[in-house]
Amino acid sequence: MGYPHPSHAGETPVLSQYFGDREAITLDGWRKRGGYNGLQKALSMSPSEIVDVVKASGLRGRGGAGFPTGIKWSFMKPGDGKPHYLCCNADESEPGTFKDREIMRWTPHALVEGCAIGAYAIGAETAYIYIRGEFTEPLARMRAAVREAYDAGILGKNAMGTGKRIDIVIHKGAGAYICGEETAMMNSIEGRRGNPRIKPPFPAVSGVFAQPTTINNVETLVAVPHIIVRGAEWYKGLSLSSPKSTGSKLFSVCGNIAKPGNYEVTLGFSFKDFLYDLCGGPLPGRKFKAIIPGGISVPIQTMEEAEATKMDYEGFVEQGSMLGSGGVIVFDDQQNMVKQIARAARFFAHESCAQCTQCREGTAWTTKIMERIRDGEGTAEDLDTLFSIADNMTGKTICVLSDSCAVPVVSGINKFRSEFEALIKKPTFHPVTAAVA
Amino acid sequence: MTAVTHEHDAPYQPVFVGERRKELDALFPLYPTKMACILPALWMVQEDRGWVSDEGIAEVALVLELTPAYVKGVVTFYTMYNQHPVGKYLMQVCTTTPCNICGAEDVVRALLERTGCSDLGVTSPDGLFTVIEVECLGACGFATPVMINEEVVESVTAARVPEIVAGLK
Amino acid sequence: MATTAEPTTAIAQPKMVNLTIEGRPVSVPEGMSILEAGKRAGILIPHYCYHPGLSIAGNCRMCLVEVEKAPKLAPSCATAVAEGQVVHIYTEKALEARKGVLEMLLINHPLDCPICDKSGECELQDFTYQEGPAESRLRDPKRFNPIEDFGGDVLYTTNRCILCTRCVRFMDEIAQDTVLNVTERGDRALIGKFEGKDMTHAWAGNVIDLCPVGALLSKDSLNKARSWELDHAPSVCPGCSQGCNMSIDTRDNVVVRLRPRPNESVNKYFMCDVGRLDYRWINRQDRVEVPLLRRGEAHVAADWDIAIPATAALLDGKRVFVAASPNLSNETLYLLSRLMRANGGSGAFTVATGSEAPLPGVEDLALRAERAANGNGAELVGFKRAASPLDGLAAGDVLVIADADSTNISADKLALASAIIVIGTTLPENLRMASVVLPIANYAEEDGTFTNLRGRVQRFSQAKAAPGMARPSWWVVGDVLAALGKGDAYYLASEVFSAMASDVTAFAGMSYDTLGMRGLVVSGGAL
Repeated sequence: MGYPHPSHAGETPVLSQYFGDREAITLDGWRKRGGYNGLQKALSMSPSEIVDVVKASGLRGRGGAGFPTGIKWSFMKPGDGKPHYLCCNADESEPGTFKDREIMRWTPHALVEGCAIGAYAIGAETAYIYIRGEFTEPLARMRAAVREAYDAGILGKNAMGTGKRIDIVIHKGAGAYICGEETAMMNSIEGRRGNPRIKPPFPAVSGVFAQPTTINNVETLVAVPHIIVRGAEWYKGLSLSSPKSTGSKLFSVCGNIAKPGNYEVTLGFSFKDFLYDLCGGPLPGRKFKAIIPGGISVPIQTMEEAEATKMDYEGFVEQGSMLGSGGVIVFDDQQNMVKQIARAARFFAHESCAQCTQCREGTAWTTKIMERIRDGEGTAEDLDTLFSIADNMTGKTICVLSDSCAVPVVSGINKFRSEFEALIKKPTFHPVTAAVA
Repeated sequence: MTAVTHEHDAPYQPVFVGERRKELDALFPLYPTKMACILPALWMVQEDRGWVSDEGIAEVALVLELTPAYVKGVVTFYTMYNQHPVGKYLMQVCTTTPCNICGAEDVVRALLERTGCSDLGVTSPDGLFTVIEVECLGACGFATPVMINEEVVESVTAARVPEIVAGLK
Repeated sequence: MATTAEPTTAIAQPKMVNLTIEGRPVSVPEGMSILEAGKRAGILIPHYCYHPGLSIAGNCRMCLVEVEKAPKLAPSCATAVAEGQVVHIYTEKALEARKGVLEMLLINHPLDCPICDKSGECELQDFTYQEGPAESRLRDPKRFNPIEDFGGDVLYTTNRCILCTRCVRFMDEIAQDTVLNVTERGDRALIGKFEGKDMTHAWAGNVIDLCPVGALLSKDSLNKARSWELDHAPSVCPGCSQGCNMSIDTRDNVVVRLRPRPNESVNKYFMCDVGRLDYRWINRQDRVEVPLLRRGEAHVAADWDIAIPATAALLDGKRVFVAASPNLSNETLYLLSRLMRANGGSGAFTVATGSEAPLPGVEDLALRAERAANGNGAELVGFKRAASPLDGLAAGDVLVIADADSTNISADKLALASAIIVIGTTLPENLRMASVVLPIANYAEEDGTFTNLRGRVQRFSQAKAAPGMARPSWWVVGDVLAALGKGDAYYLASEVFSAMASDVTAFAGMSYDTLGMRGLVVSGGAL
């Protein structure tokens, strides 16, 4: 299968195998496709055995930070007498990323199953799935799937007849990018403003409702049933380059490209083949100019860098960027990078939670300067000021939203300086778009 | 597409009565605190009233044993709660970078023109439409997504706008 | 005879942690923040959102310091000390980071210090002078928001706000009346409230002092004085029996505002709005300014050298009844009690009451129902709490009215007295027949001590000059006693206090030196 395009021969469809398959949405359909075998097997294992398998698989968090999942789970101390919680981060709001949306849309039971296994593994009886409010269709599908799972006795106080309690609660977000940050998400679940929290304490010590909590991304959790069923060795074997990057990974591709959509490849795949073969290359008559490979928070790559990249956690870093959330944004030769970086800065200014000074003021100030340069009112000293502001915004705040705003600005100026200078030298420039304030 | 009821000028009717109250009460056991139900409760207010007014905030505060100021602080944090009445169809156009490079601004322009809205956030004279820009709808591969009330219409282009708007009139 | 100082009940000794801050070794209890440890080392690390009376927010990022071996700068308010930690506050990296924060805080700030009440005592000014940028690099329009009246005594000057959220946390955690919030997000964020829910909590005014910048201002003292024109005197609020420590701020001998002065054992960092705003009477102009002697139907002004012997002559050999104000100092009340003892007789006082208004977030802190500072002190030296001020007055007594409220005293009662001596700040209409009127200073014009409801004896000091020839009340009573041959004249309040300490058991062992400015609890502990 595959959605919106049939799976390409170069893909490794594990998570995306049933994208576009309407029957996979329902419990019956999902069971016919091997659904809940992972949970069944997991519930017959001890939680520590599950953690060990996940550790051995090398699975790393798919939300952006890439922290080894098994190790994260092992931070949850069993038998501490406190309620444990699993929070599934389905607040997918990193621009360029829409993989979790498709997972929930086409295979909602995969996430129910992944959450149930995760909850059991960390000693939690309740898992909250925090889904962003804009995802109305995935929300409906997830709610229906959870209901089906309860009705079938998969969830509840006697999950799959094992006597173990596993509850899943869907929590609908309401429009805040920062709630994808794990501590902000916990605040949001608690009914607060989605402000990130100071760490320590870390969530495994004091998370949601001040109890030990693990937060995992959707894609991370849906990979778990496959690992349980097919084994850690199989998953570890899915690797084309670094042994530190194992498994298959969904990449969301958008922007100026022939076939935007989700593609699942084994980590270590050639980014060049990915872009030109799987995704069909540039639109007719155009050329690629730049890539943001891991959601808008990671540094911009030039095509030279992108084409030399191996698609794994280390490979993107070697080529001046990061794997991030796997949201690939492609810019072609018709795009003005100054305008787009200004737009990215505006995004962060809009989404800053307003806690930290550098972020609240810095994102807005950066936006003002970027838009002024875009509008042909920039001065030569503006670029130095931008660098200096970016420096003040990096590594000094509670969370990394501030850093993320600085990233496209710094990498943009460094890699596409001529476009900035062209605008600064041409004060008469007016952007093609005027209607949008 | 589901349309919401609109009672902009009518006196505020409490939301949490009858079935809605039961629905809210059913949520309480799912969380260790009542405060955690603030987002779901606000969603119920918006679903029933089309927006979250000060009266709605006060009601949520009352049922969750919070203060209205606290609830207002939460409401204003989350952009999906409408702090003002909106048209029968609220059209939220994603204009963040990935959609921007695929022509989202043209879609916005076309929507404003076709719906008769004088500006972003200003409801059309017929009360049918409100067009706003939003940050990333999470459907970047289907640029440009436009969220019309509860439904996300994918791959909208300026050329498709007349047909979409006509279908709602 | 042991003086009960701070409670010395066995508190487990906390584990101490040794660290170095700017090269200075300090040893502090485990769990303390680097910022607090810095204070112990004598260094104030610049900060805004941190306040010792509130929870940690860690949002202003002003207190960033460099900790050796840490990958990033650490927010010192939210970083606990650790054994062997080496902290640098003034390295280039830390200074640059804080300068960056200051620049960000200032880009949208109106820089209207010349018209800002906070100017001169503003932490934004102070730290900017200390380590901020000399000029702004902002080339774009500033953000603008209108001023908002928050109700109560609070005015919100939005543009000056740095969103440290001290006010929000105070109202939420300490006042437990969440009327403030952070509204919106990003650079649109501001402190908000809900329409119709005002800052009317009895302790809401504390947000004005908590605000490190000029965003939250007192409407009461708005535009009244520049901070550098003010003189500050440490005092104790006479508004109720709580005894909140405060500072009396005067300009040109006029009290223009009262502000809380920290005392961990009494009021932490706070005082209530009732106490804060009740100061206009201190400046009242209808004071008695010279000693008055009655001659026929009228009073004539007299020098102290004449008035004191004249008073003594009236008292000599007579039983005396003293109607005292419970807002007189321990010192004055003690000397009055000596007069009672010397001449035979008694004394009483009445206390006005009002509704109690606790500050829920602080243990044992409230605007107390008993609306006087020193009822306990009066009782300790032998005055009786009475329903009416002249309860106990016997026919033929010499009545001494020592600044007691005479509003409800009837002429019939007064007629019982053989003579009336007023020792007061004013001469009320119904006491016009007094034989002698001795003008005294009010509590803001003299030194003294009050004993609060928990038995804590606390010093207050003179904030302004008394009008005309008025003298401190303890001086006047001391002189009368000396003229009667019943004691020495006193020249300092502390001497009166020492005399009291050696005479009255409750105060045994105490002196102004041992009281300091935080006070001590009378022996026998709380009353």
